[in-house]
Amino acid sequence: MTDTSNFLPEVSPADDAAVNEAVEAAVEAFEQANDLDELKAARIAHTGDNAPLTLANRLIGKLDKTEKAGAGKRMGQARGKINKALTAREEQLQAEYEARMLVEETVDVTTAVRRRRHGARHPLELLQERASDIFVGMGWEIAEGPELESEWYNFDALNFEPDHPAREMQDTFFVEPADSHLLLRTHTSPVQIRAMLERGAPTYILVPGKTFRTDELDATHTPVFHQFEGLAVDKGLTMADLRGTLEYFATSMFGSDAAIRLRPNFFPFTEPSAELDVWYPNAKGGPQWVEWGGCGMVHPQVLRAAGIDPNIYSGFAFGMGVERTLMFRNGVTDMHDMIEGDVRFSSQFGMEI
Amino acid sequence: MRIPLSWLREYTQLPADATAEDLMADLVTVGLEEEDVHGFDLTGPIVVGKVLEKTPEEHSNGKTINWTQVQVVPDGASQQLEGKGIEPSGVQGVVCGAHNFEVGDKVIVALPGAVLPGNFSISVRKTYGHTSAGMIASEAELGLGEGHDGIVVLSDWGLDPELGTDVRELLHLDDEAAEINVTPDRGYVLSMRGVAREYGLATGTEFTDPAEAIEIAKPNENGWPVRIEDQAPIHGAPGASRFVARKVDNLDPTAPTPRWMVSRLRLAGIRPLSLPVDISNYVMLELGQPLHFYDAEELTGPIVVRRATADETIETLDGKTRKLHTEDLLITDDSGAIGMAGVMGGLATEVGGTTTSILIESANFDPISISRTQRRHRLPSEASKRNTRGVDWHVADKAAQRAAELLVELAGGTIDAGVTDVGEAPEVKPVRLRADYPSKVVGYNYTEEQINQVLLQLGAYVTQQRDDSDGTTIFDVTPPSWRIDLEIAEDLVEEVARLVGYSHIPATLPVPPPGRGLTKRQRTRRQVSNALAAAGLVETLSYPFVTAEQNKTFGTADEAAGQAQRMVKLANPMSSEFGWLRTTILPGLLETLRRNVSRGFRDVALYESGLVFLPGERIGSSQIPPLGARPTDDVLADIEAGIPEQPHRIAAVFAGHDSHPGPDHTPRMYDWQDPIAAALDIADVVGAELTVRQGRHQAFHPGRNAEFVVAGHVIGHAGELLPKLIDAWDLPVRTAALELDLDALIAAGPDVVEATPVIGYPATYQDVALVVDAAVVAADVQDTLRTAAGELLEDISLFDVYTGTGIADHKKSLAFNLRFRAADRTLTADEASEARLAAIDAAEAEHGAVLR
Repeated sequence: MTDTSNFLPEVSPADDAAVNEAVEAAVEAFEQANDLDELKAARIAHTGDNAPLTLANRLIGKLDKTEKAGAGKRMGQARGKINKALTAREEQLQAEYEARMLVEETVDVTTAVRRRRHGARHPLELLQERASDIFVGMGWEIAEGPELESEWYNFDALNFEPDHPAREMQDTFFVEPADSHLLLRTHTSPVQIRAMLERGAPTYILVPGKTFRTDELDATHTPVFHQFEGLAVDKGLTMADLRGTLEYFATSMFGSDAAIRLRPNFFPFTEPSAELDVWYPNAKGGPQWVEWGGCGMVHPQVLRAAGIDPNIYSGFAFGMGVERTLMFRNGVTDMHDMIEGDVRFSSQFGMEI
Repeated sequence: MRIPLSWLREYTQLPADATAEDLMADLVTVGLEEEDVHGFDLTGPIVVGKVLEKTPEEHSNGKTINWTQVQVVPDGASQQLEGKGIEPSGVQGVVCGAHNFEVGDKVIVALPGAVLPGNFSISVRKTYGHTSAGMIASEAELGLGEGHDGIVVLSDWGLDPELGTDVRELLHLDDEAAEINVTPDRGYVLSMRGVAREYGLATGTEFTDPAEAIEIAKPNENGWPVRIEDQAPIHGAPGASRFVARKVDNLDPTAPTPRWMVSRLRLAGIRPLSLPVDISNYVMLELGQPLHFYDAEELTGPIVVRRATADETIETLDGKTRKLHTEDLLITDDSGAIGMAGVMGGLATEVGGTTTSILIESANFDPISISRTQRRHRLPSEASKRNTRGVDWHVADKAAQRAAELLVELAGGTIDAGVTDVGEAPEVKPVRLRADYPSKVVGYNYTEEQINQVLLQLGAYVTQQRDDSDGTTIFDVTPPSWRIDLEIAEDLVEEVARLVGYSHIPATLPVPPPGRGLTKRQRTRRQVSNALAAAGLVETLSYPFVTAEQNKTFGTADEAAGQAQRMVKLANPMSSEFGWLRTTILPGLLETLRRNVSRGFRDVALYESGLVFLPGERIGSSQIPPLGARPTDDVLADIEAGIPEQPHRIAAVFAGHDSHPGPDHTPRMYDWQDPIAAALDIADVVGAELTVRQGRHQAFHPGRNAEFVVAGHVIGHAGELLPKLIDAWDLPVRTAALELDLDALIAAGPDVVEATPVIGYPATYQDVALVVDAAVVAADVQDTLRTAAGELLEDISLFDVYTGTGIADHKKSLAFNLRFRAADRTLTADEASEARLAAIDAAEAEHGAVLR
């Protein structure tokens, strides 16, 4: 910054040419200012107390009366021009300054780090919530029950004869003492009975939950696993309603190209019974039929056990493995990943599945 | 059930070129699920050869081998097979390590190009100084048996085939079996007879029932005396409802099992043992009737079927002496027990290598009785599998006849004229089926003709009548004797649906009554879980199986209620150590943490949400109400009272740091505050008031342990784990944990949140720093300040705890920020100061606090 005021020539307020020259000098100086500091210096030089025009202004009073009016007007105009030029340059330089600051504050945004590690839900839980939402969307409700369950709810009420091989096929965890008749539920089906006893008919429920069988852990088995269980009891329900419900569920879970296939099967608590396959278009290794679960029309003995008259109401039920669903839907190949709790596994899924 | 295709072709129209896969594709449509394919895995040239020369050579490794010349074409013929290493002369030079053969023996030769089971390729190879072009095969190498040492000498099997004969044809190995899964209701499909019928039904083709072709001899008084004397029937059902006995004498005990039978048994998954045993298995597979053969010369006196007496024992076929239960059904003679009915025979009367006279038992036993015995003695077998599913009552005599005839045919015996047949046929009740019922259940319109046809195809006896009120046809259906599973109309509906085809069932979507959506508990649990995940915790799941010690360490705090910790013990755990159900989620979660740490993840925050099992005074209930009836409310209440409480808990663990280091970012180490903060976050999500106070849980650092109180009850613990436990569990230092009863917390949350108005007048902020004894609890001071400051105080928070320079030993300085606001005016500084002073006075009075 150079203080140039000392070199500015004296100006008479009556001297039109000199005033103009001073104005032009001021405007010129403003324009030459490269930043706000230089502009400030130029402003002080040309409009400060010792500036030629400021001094000239003070001389107006000393002029002849005849010259006073003209000089006043001249000086007023001069100030106007100078202020306008000053403001314009000031705005311009301010804008430039701001722009430069933003450039100077530039960072490498790719160096940003997570301030907190990200968490995740477990995909088996997310899948159960997803299924629940699909059924809630249809007007069904979500029912729950105990995992440590009475033998009556798990077997007898579901029409498993005490010595029938079907009971043995569900490798059951029993608890001590033997006459407690308690077990870890082998399926989510006991909640069917609980729901019917509690709600009567009509009832439309989905039961997601944990189930237990004495299978050693390997790539496709685990002693603790999860099922979705569906139950509908109403007047006039048919296997066609079962099929329609399962088709809707399948397309909601696996996309609009998914389809289902029913094959005859046996379960003590349904008659007729069916095995359920789903056509999964996005399966690893190409579209294919995948075994998904079991289903059927609720056995009249089961309705009776829950106090519902099978002559008035009918029902359908279905169940499928959540782990199995996750395996083929999301390409999980080893059961160990689901139960070991390695943070890398859940973290792949985040909050959406 | 494994189905050898050649066998099934005897009774059905199964095409000659059909594969096991084709068969399974047909059977799956009627509900017989495909499992696997079994074959002999033999390809390439494997032929009959004759040993022309055999030169033993001792080698430096101490082994003696035979250098042989083997003729593999008929005399005078030339080799028709072509391939590398196959001699046009028809004579192969082969090195053989076995010694159990002589020059002139006919043997099995795998020529170069053959592939044996286990992908064992035969090729020309140089060995022991010779070029060996093939292999003389043993039973084991062919996959035909576990067999004795040495190669197969065909004369041992009673075979004298032409040289060069294809061995697969000779030994019936050009066959394969389809394995299907048979559901436990359909015992009749555990036979070729049943499969043939199902195949016919599945494909709509003709089939024959092998049982029908058997001509039985009429029962007479000359048979072996048999009495059924069941002194303790189960559920009123006699242990045996039929016992057929036939005797065959003059058998040749050395007769070998024909190769076709060996092949079929092997494909069916049954190991051939001796001709009589093989015949009994073969007939069982063919007709579904388990048989037992006794050495008739070892029997003494009449056979009596009865229950075991107390302390009775039997030495069974497997050489084990078994202590019997009074419910076990036995086959006995004057010597005592000679068999566990339908499960396993006795050793004393076993058919052996010298047996020339056999008594055939073909009986029907009560499935429940058999089921209990085989379970009690852990003796599952092919026989008990069928007996527990129920065997066709009307096939017993035919199976005995068939077995007797096979013994005569294959072992040259004579059938004794005596025919024993005792017992009584069970009553079969007709099932009523209205013609409109299948359509009502399935939602597809079946015609009466379709229904009638299905019933007849099943082998049922059907009569029809009309319901006069609406003209609907009513079928009265007596199911065939092999379909004991058909008991009610719904069973028949399934038959109609499956035989017409499940693919015909249309799809409709039922409309339920309007639902309530998720319950408050369900919604809140999700939100809590999502909040923890959003806060950086990873959700994991662990098994609820723990050790008793783990429950004691991490379960209820010792002092709680002064009661012993109760827990549920599994009767049959996967591991006896982890034989208890968790009363706390922490052990499983810590195990998961440890696994992550051992895999190199030392900075981890995890949570798990799930049930714990808290038994009360009584575990379980003696009540097991019968099937098909609603128990009374009292009975249901009794059952319910015996089921342990299973509250939904949420637990979290924090170890290491909260993040990775980065530019301008230093990770924070998790500490005792994190689990407490997480609990407060959870309470915020729930909307419940959670009080934190100093806790005394044995698993936590005694000075860094909080307990949470809701509505006067402790509902959880948090803090830093006891350093000793952290060491013992090999966890990162300062690992901190939390466990909360989520059910209790949610129950304490509001059903409807009541809003308080938001006040627009400006607030006045004041700070206060108080010096108190180190032992004084900050929360107590804060409570005092809050109360004493009066209603002008809008909020108060602790923002610093200070000890050190300027503060005396055993003292600490607590700094609070107070926010004052009036509901109806702008508060003056004087008013706020007045309230602040009142608060300080109270703190001084109650906690000896001194303004700093």
